[in-house]
Amino acid sequence: MLLNQFLILSAVLFSIGVYGVLARRNGVLVLMSIELILNAVNINLVAFGAFRASVGGEVFALFVIAVAAAEVGVGLAMVLLLYRNRRSIDLTLIDQLRG
Amino acid sequence: MTDALLLLAFQRPTIDWHGIAPELVLLTAGALITLVDIIFLEKARPFTAALAGLGLLATAVPLLTLAVDGTDRVMFDGAYVVDEFSLVVKAVFLLAGYVVVLLSTNYVAEGDYWENEYYGLLLASVMGMVMMASARDLVSIFVALELLSIPAYLMAAWRKRDLHSTEAGLKYYLMGVFASAVMLYGMSLLYGVSGSTLLSDIGTSVAAAGTSTAVITMGIVFIVAGFAFKVSAVPFHTWAPDVYEGAPTPVTAFLAVASKAAGFVALLALVFVGFYARSEVWEPLMWILAATSMTVGNLVALRQTNVVRLMAYSGIAQTGFMIAPLAVAGHGLSNGDQALSAVVTYLAIYTAMNLGAFAVIIALSRKTGSAEVSSFGGAFSYAPGLTVAMTIFLFSLAGIPPLGGWFAKFEVFRVLATAGEPWGYVLAAVGAVNSVIALYYYASLARRMWADDVPDGDHSPVLVTPSLVTALTLCGAVTLAFGVAPQLVARFTDVSLLALGG
Repeated sequence: MLLNQFLILSAVLFSIGVYGVLARRNGVLVLMSIELILNAVNINLVAFGAFRASVGGEVFALFVIAVAAAEVGVGLAMVLLLYRNRRSIDLTLIDQLRG
Repeated sequence: MTDALLLLAFQRPTIDWHGIAPELVLLTAGALITLVDIIFLEKARPFTAALAGLGLLATAVPLLTLAVDGTDRVMFDGAYVVDEFSLVVKAVFLLAGYVVVLLSTNYVAEGDYWENEYYGLLLASVMGMVMMASARDLVSIFVALELLSIPAYLMAAWRKRDLHSTEAGLKYYLMGVFASAVMLYGMSLLYGVSGSTLLSDIGTSVAAAGTSTAVITMGIVFIVAGFAFKVSAVPFHTWAPDVYEGAPTPVTAFLAVASKAAGFVALLALVFVGFYARSEVWEPLMWILAATSMTVGNLVALRQTNVVRLMAYSGIAQTGFMIAPLAVAGHGLSNGDQALSAVVTYLAIYTAMNLGAFAVIIALSRKTGSAEVSSFGGAFSYAPGLTVAMTIFLFSLAGIPPLGGWFAKFEVFRVLATAGEPWGYVLAAVGAVNSVIALYYYASLARRMWADDVPDGDHSPVLVTPSLVTALTLCGAVTLAFGVAPQLVARFTDVSLLALGG
């Protein structure tokens, strides 16, 4: 069965996501990059689940999807809060705490 | 795939109601607070803190009956386990949650921010920690981790109109979510290796693999890195000082103690039940995390001028001490169990002494209006009791007998020295040097409070509320008792994960 192709796809998605988190300055784009990583995880889980013929992977993927939705809800609220306070969602501008 | 799904006729799992009674009580208390908030709105404000405190105390009752009963309970095919280890760390989480409720009383209300929701979220987060203590399955560990983290992100950003708090919340959120995503990727790889999400199954197939394959190594590295974020170990610590400084101080205390302890509990379960056979992969990782956390944390703490940032870096250094026993834990059964008890002992004592230090900081900075080290000068002249308490907690953090901290450090050094391998001795030497560095900044903060002049000449007494006195008494009593009678804590923390791990 096609396991390697799925794993390569998920590794590429994971790498794009990590790059996005590290390089993007826009809050919403960082959130989207994190979603990419989580979807890479889901592809891995479902592919391994099918390969091993065990439902554990699919169940885990459902949990990841549900929890990711809650996380993004909180994340968007935070970005909105930042926009209300700063009129910008550029993450490089939040640098009041340092030392 | 549908075939496999169809074969699984749904069977209701047998539920051990006594085993999950603590979680149920906590859930009831949290739901009750939310309900009271919805029905009575602002009229409920004076009661929610008390309700949250009572809920946490009520949760301790089934915990005690379970401890008296003493049998290990395995639920949901081994995904959820109630054993000595989980009971001890659940008690630590409840104590930490209760002290944070005491510290938050009035503090959150002062800025006219939402109070009812705050306690609801706090209980939800404690619920996640209590679940984490029992989780022995990748899915339940993940759900518990998110249940404890998501409310914590919100609580860090609680002061909505304050830029510092928003910044703290956003930084904590982005770092935390990124770390858990990386950790999940590692989990998906380990699931692929074993075909099961149960930690004990993963342990079996990881051991059966003989040598370490690339996918096992990657999985372990990603998972350890994800939890290193959670416990703020160097090089994944950068969020901690910023978040601690910007968040409301009771929330900082909660993050610095409870959230960190929860990360450790998950790490312990994963290492001892899941990865134990692959010690050649995780031991060097733990060694590097421990050595760099101790050294970087202490050296940067030396030049901090803000007390909360100082506590953040001291917390990073303490994390290094807590990870240190894991660097030699993979050598034979008895040493593994000793390393586990050393970490649990350290966690229990660290919880008490660090919460106590934060309680004093909250009380003093409310009067001085700042958390700068210089503003704490001469605190003895107007708040002698608080200064004595702070000195006790600081010297305990530094590891001076007869305070609790010395026994925690002693256990770490004992495990490192009895492991009988050169790397253990080197790490013990690094730890010894760091203890001396740490004593310097803890003692200089204490010296300022005793000897310096009051910067603004304001000698008016500090407002000390009854809840603060209770919190200080609890933390102080635990710190002193565990230092004077270490066999007390050693009796509780003599736990094992390896027996169930097979």
